[in-house]
Amino acid sequence: MTAVVRPKSPLNAIAPVLELRNITMEFGAQRVLQDITIQVRRGETLVLIGESGCGKSVTTKLLAGLLEPTRGEVLWDGRPVRNRSAREMHRDRLRFGYLFQGAALFDSMNVFENVAFGLRENTDLKPEQIRDVVHERLREVGLAAAVGEKRPSDLSGGMKKRVGLARALAMSPDVVFYDEPTTGLDPVMSDVINELILQTQSNRKVTSVVVTHDMHTVRRVADRVVMLYPLSRVAPQQPQLIFEGSPEEAFEASDPRVTSFVRGEAGARLKEMYAA
Amino acid sequence: MSASLTTGDPTPIHTIGRLVVNFIIAVGDLTRFLFQTMGGLVGQMPRSRVLWPVMYEVGVRSVPVIAVTGLFIGMVLAVQSYDTLRMYRLESRIGSVINVSLVKELGPVLAATMLAGRVGCAMAAEIGTMRVTEQIDALKALGADPISYLVVPRFLACFWLIPALTLVADGVGMLGGWVVSVQILGVSDHFFWLYSQQFITAFDVVSGVMKSMFFGAAISIIACHRGFHCGNGAEGVGKAATDSFVFSFIAILALDLALVLILNNIYRLLWAVGIPVI
Repeated sequence: MTAVVRPKSPLNAIAPVLELRNITMEFGAQRVLQDITIQVRRGETLVLIGESGCGKSVTTKLLAGLLEPTRGEVLWDGRPVRNRSAREMHRDRLRFGYLFQGAALFDSMNVFENVAFGLRENTDLKPEQIRDVVHERLREVGLAAAVGEKRPSDLSGGMKKRVGLARALAMSPDVVFYDEPTTGLDPVMSDVINELILQTQSNRKVTSVVVTHDMHTVRRVADRVVMLYPLSRVAPQQPQLIFEGSPEEAFEASDPRVTSFVRGEAGARLKEMYAA
Repeated sequence: MSASLTTGDPTPIHTIGRLVVNFIIAVGDLTRFLFQTMGGLVGQMPRSRVLWPVMYEVGVRSVPVIAVTGLFIGMVLAVQSYDTLRMYRLESRIGSVINVSLVKELGPVLAATMLAGRVGCAMAAEIGTMRVTEQIDALKALGADPISYLVVPRFLACFWLIPALTLVADGVGMLGGWVVSVQILGVSDHFFWLYSQQFITAFDVVSGVMKSMFFGAAISIIACHRGFHCGNGAEGVGKAATDSFVFSFIAILALDLALVLILNNIYRLLWAVGIPVI
């Protein structure tokens, strides 16, 4: 059993803005997460890594309050989410911006309407004020105002992600979640997205949670790294969260499961597959 | 029995038990979904820029398909009824047969069936695709309640507009029946409308329209529920659309029977005509 490495970062002293406490998550008969405890501290960029299907996106959705855990507690600013009224949940969730894996742009709306959606639904801003905010957000992600007229189906993968980011930032969130922001993009566009994550972090002083497989993204944006392992391959009584530490510690970890993942080495995994 | 238990093979009792449990779960889940929608109705009304496009899609764009099918149903009724009525020299009363059938049964059921096929399937597929592509999560993340934003406008559009669609089916069906009966088969125009007027009561029209509102509510709730519980991938979306139509159709027929019994008894009680059926 490999001990979970706790970070030595001074961020430890700062109160967590988001916390999962002993979370177990099941979908029907399938258990995805088991006894997971994660803290996200204000102002940091936490990166969740792990193989496909290990529960990274589910973890992020639990942190954002988009899913309810089967067991355990989700806390925002130290207060359990389940103690909040529907109105409080609605208000507090607006502090979060979420860039979804496939951008999740609304097909029935154009780009402008997608970015304006949160503002129209939750604020009393006048149309011209909304227009200014939308154009500003599009500009921040490197898109011209004219893109606003396009439909999501007319956009490339990179543009969709940038529009998704503009939409996530429209309400000026305190916490931004990025679910596989660079997956499916070419290396140059991946770096553009990484740069946007860094710019968002430095310009807006937000807390960020990034789910990724991309170790380049980990090196560029992470303050802290958490690695999850697929529950189906975790031995009984062993933790599913197999690493927590700085990016440098991740690349020098002693656990072969961590090193093979961060180095992209398939050796041990191939042996497992053939043995199965 | 013990062998089955040890090998894990389900016995017929297990299978029936599982079916019953699954049915109860499905009904419970649908009922909860209905109450969630009612809860959404009690809160803020949908914004006009959300409601109007749905109403246009449900109401205006359904008119052609309902009119065409209504027209043909009226024509077919005329052709089928004419020979039988002529055997008894009652062909002059064909108007009453066609129009009573349309107003009391075929109009509401036909409009509801077409709505379930054209609009219900599209709703299930659209919401299912939104679920699969995380657009429903995106709604939540952007501060919109998916039930209030997606289900309530669709419920209201179906509930409010199906009466109009039913009247369109009734009217166009009558027109189709009149064209075949009077213009082709040579039935007297005067008697066609005279007997129609004598046999159709205001209660028939109102009860047909009232039934259709229940059908509209059932179609929207079932379609949206299937969309929200859609499986992954294209297969899941396709299954949601198919399930939506099949379950809606069964619900339309079951509700039709129940409402016919209830409304007929109300009619008998109010106007003291005969004894209530059940």
